[in-house]
Amino acid sequence: MLKKRIIPCLDIQNGRTVKGINFVGIRDAGDPIELAKRYVTEGADELVFLDITATVEKRKTLAELVTRIAAEINIPFTVGGGIGSVADAALLIKAGADKVSINSAAVRRPDLITEIAQEFGSQCVVLAIDTKKEAENWWTYVHGGRTRTDLETVAWAVKAEQLGAGEILLTSMNSDGTKAGFSLEITQKVSAAVGIPVIASGGAGNMQHFAEVFQKTEASAGLAASIFHYKEVGIESLKRFLFAEKIPVRRVDG
Amino acid sequence: MITIIKYNAGNIKSVENALHRLGADCLVTDDADRIRAADRVIFPGVGEASSAMRYLRERGMDSLLKSLTQPVLGVCLGQQLMCRHSEENDTDCLGIFDCAVKKFPLTDADGKLHREKIPHIGWNDFTEVKGRLFQGISPAEDMYFVHSYYAEICAEATAVCDYILPFSAGLEKDNFYAAQFHPEKSAGAGEKILRNFLEI
Repeated sequence: MLKKRIIPCLDIQNGRTVKGINFVGIRDAGDPIELAKRYVTEGADELVFLDITATVEKRKTLAELVTRIAAEINIPFTVGGGIGSVADAALLIKAGADKVSINSAAVRRPDLITEIAQEFGSQCVVLAIDTKKEAENWWTYVHGGRTRTDLETVAWAVKAEQLGAGEILLTSMNSDGTKAGFSLEITQKVSAAVGIPVIASGGAGNMQHFAEVFQKTEASAGLAASIFHYKEVGIESLKRFLFAEKIPVRRVDG
Repeated sequence: MITIIKYNAGNIKSVENALHRLGADCLVTDDADRIRAADRVIFPGVGEASSAMRYLRERGMDSLLKSLTQPVLGVCLGQQLMCRHSEENDTDCLGIFDCAVKKFPLTDADGKLHREKIPHIGWNDFTEVKGRLFQGISPAEDMYFVHSYYAEICAEATAVCDYILPFSAGLEKDNFYAAQFHPEKSAGAGEKILRNFLEI
């Protein structure tokens, strides 16, 4: 049976992990590779590296980091942050990223989804959508959530699938940082509207929140950052909890 | 020395990285003599069937691959190209395995619309495994899959995965082995598969 995926997200700034914490057995919590390896050992199913200060001059640093990650990590990983062209995507994919996540640039120029998909395959293209509910509508935001667009989120997800996106990474801004649980409403609306996998993000505060998003929506994966970074939720215990809740998850033995 | 076939398909770097992690020497090449002289050959791939086959034919690599006598492992698109024919742009493939590659249908075996996502992305286990590549692997071990096309069940199947319908997740015939999933991205379980291949 296909498993529900648990995906820790690592925020990267100048090649270093932001919000790092001193894990036992990790000498340098700011080293993305040390932290990533720790997550892999604990049973993470995939990793997302988000470069939060991606600028042209930092691209090369990021590509070098991706090369190192690819050499060390034996599970799939996605790299995102400031990808604006096929060339940006190509640099990261050739360095070893399995997927790239694109956000604002795809809103600005939706053909970018198609171009990357044609060059590297749809499985490489994760469309990230930041969404926020206002009145009764969920709107798509760009520029790290600062700018509202006129794209209704479900319609944008459907269009992205048609353009060649392979997965949707859906972050609810209403929930993000609240630790009150994923936004089940928009997660299910998008999951029901598209035929590609949806990764739920934003709001996970405890293990029950992951159970809920998998029981009440058709999300394929759940993503979180700080609760894993700060060890408020351990990936191993989360997997055990979900297994006991009869949610199909990958168990790591030994 | 292991050679990894270089052609117009992705994920070659991942396979190379995985072999390095296992301490194996490998070379990425499209040079016929070096491929023929290798102890083992890996035929990786993420991409589209018709353009990959065209690329291989234009360079005579199709007949080279079929003529190899050392252990050969096809991964993902590599497995599909080793089959007889793929529905992806109606492509005649290498025909090493007598097996057809089809697109995942929108309906399940009973003809009902299913709610499964396509592509099949993520970790999945097996309903049965056998053969040398899967030695020591339990059917309950999850591997990482990413694909929209699948090899149908056939006599050469050594691993069966059930997603929408049962399909061949592993194939074996003489010196040819194949996996639909990505052992190079399947954590410790995938490393066991690669080690098995290195020990054949």
